Amino acid sequence: MNDEPLIRWDWIARNWDNGGPSAIKTLLESHVAMALLPVVFGLLVALPLGVACARWRWLYQPTAGLMNVIYSLPSLVLFSIFLSVTGLTQTTVIIPLTFFTLAVLIPAVVDGLGAVPDHVRQSAVAMGFRPLRRLLQVELPVAVPVVLGGLRVATVSSISLVSVGALIGQGGLGNLFIDGWQRQFYTPIVVGIVLIAALAVLSDGLLVFAQWLLTPWSRARRGTA
Amino acid sequence: MITFEDVTKRYPDGTVAVDHLSLQAPTGAITVLVGPSGCGKTTSLRMINRMIDATSGRILLDDQDVRAIDPPTLRRGIGYVIQQAGLFPHRKIVDNVATVPYLLGWDKKKARARAMELLELVGLDAKLANRYPFQLSGGQQQRVGVARALAADPPVLLMDEPFSAVDPIVRASLQDELLALQSELNKTIVFVTHDIDEAIKLGDVVAVLRVGGHLAQMAAPATLLSEPADDFVREFLGRDRGIRRLSFVPAKGVRLGPLPDDLVVDADGRPLGWRSDGGLLPYGTFNPERDSLRAALDAALLSPNGAAIAADGDGRAVGVVTRDALDDVLIRYAEKSLEHEPEPGERVAADDHGRAEP
Repeated sequence: MNDEPLIRWDWIARNWDNGGPSAIKTLLESHVAMALLPVVFGLLVALPLGVACARWRWLYQPTAGLMNVIYSLPSLVLFSIFLSVTGLTQTTVIIPLTFFTLAVLIPAVVDGLGAVPDHVRQSAVAMGFRPLRRLLQVELPVAVPVVLGGLRVATVSSISLVSVGALIGQGGLGNLFIDGWQRQFYTPIVVGIVLIAALAVLSDGLLVFAQWLLTPWSRARRGTA
Repeated sequence: MITFEDVTKRYPDGTVAVDHLSLQAPTGAITVLVGPSGCGKTTSLRMINRMIDATSGRILLDDQDVRAIDPPTLRRGIGYVIQQAGLFPHRKIVDNVATVPYLLGWDKKKARARAMELLELVGLDAKLANRYPFQLSGGQQQRVGVARALAADPPVLLMDEPFSAVDPIVRASLQDELLALQSELNKTIVFVTHDIDEAIKLGDVVAVLRVGGHLAQMAAPATLLSEPADDFVREFLGRDRGIRRLSFVPAKGVRLGPLPDDLVVDADGRPLGWRSDGGLLPYGTFNPERDSLRAALDAALLSPNGAAIAADGDGRAVGVVTRDALDDVLIRYAEKSLEHEPEPGERVAADDHGRAEP
């Protein structure tokens, strides 16, 4: 270690909003976009796919298998595959992360629907719900806690994975790590870690709050069941 | 009237759940399907609202083949109470009850007003309306289930072991409430249970099914007890058929004697016990206007001196039935039952036990 302090506050102040592409504020914004868009896209795809997998069980194993294979590929490999198509853009990061999100969310939707008690589903049928309305008004709402659980995992891991995109210059706050390593200058690294962790904690907190708002009916369940 | 015409349900693997079943569930009466597990009682019930479709035969709802009606439309016109209540956990109680009105397109205000009426009808506090199902006890949930089934005022109610998941005391009171409700509403009810005592208590007509979906016997409960069709039914009915049959004989004809001196009553005339050297002895009461001969006999057996205390609706002692007087009635009843069977549907109070007091 040299005499350089761990954090140089003046560097942070100068680079927070320096107008350039490497401003911390700009990196933070692109990090949020690259982390959350895959979660949104993933959810939009996972809902119908998960519903289909729950409805036709034979679909589930191949779908989940495929998603797990993709999930097991190092993200760097995926980035390089898409690099040839989408170039050095945010899209190259967003597409693989969307697949990662799917690998978490499809099982969450399938498990959530599977957790709907049979007597609840049966009574919905007996009351005269048609299948689509039953899905939208009974089964999916009852599946919400499980789906949100998956969404929390997907969101936090997506926020952390974006940094890998730094290797192709699209890592959001991850770019600060490269910058720091290359210059043996720790302030950007610490800023990156702290902001990513804060982002993860904040997003997770918002999802917990959303669950609290969306499912008042399951709030005290643990205490009474 | 619900008519099963030679109905068979055979599953693709060859299992026959219901085998050439023909029976009629009369309008405005409670028909109980009872039998051991695997007798096809729930399958039969679910074929009425087409949650399961019959393989062959017809089921008629007031002369209309249920197969001719679109299932969701059919189901909205038939109340259904499921085991464990099957309430929607994410909906408030009031919205659970209003489920079918919502499905029928009623506006929210009207549907909720109707739901509130029904909560009152099944004896639930209006305060519970805005709670969620998990905040209610099992018995309360089951009442909500009944209210929900009645919300759109369907003429037919199907009940699939609705009270089997609650404890015996709550079950007995739910049964009593169902009977009280039915005496007001006169729905055509098909009720499935594996509990023969429940069947006998609730049924105007009881259909005993045996494994494989065969109808073993269909009769009024009193007839079932006095004339079981075969060994299977006799065994299924269990012991004490003679005593249990007395549940269907009103105690009204019993001769009441005057209150004896050794009966201690309070200022309002309610019995406190029999006087003895060592303090008060226990006693049993029955209500001659409402209860059955079984309750009277039970009350007599609860008193050390063998005399049953007749009490009016307010619990005031109005007379005493001695064992001799009771014997006369029992002998008369035995002679009479050799001549003719009790009328089907003849029903006395749901409470077929004398009330035991300390």
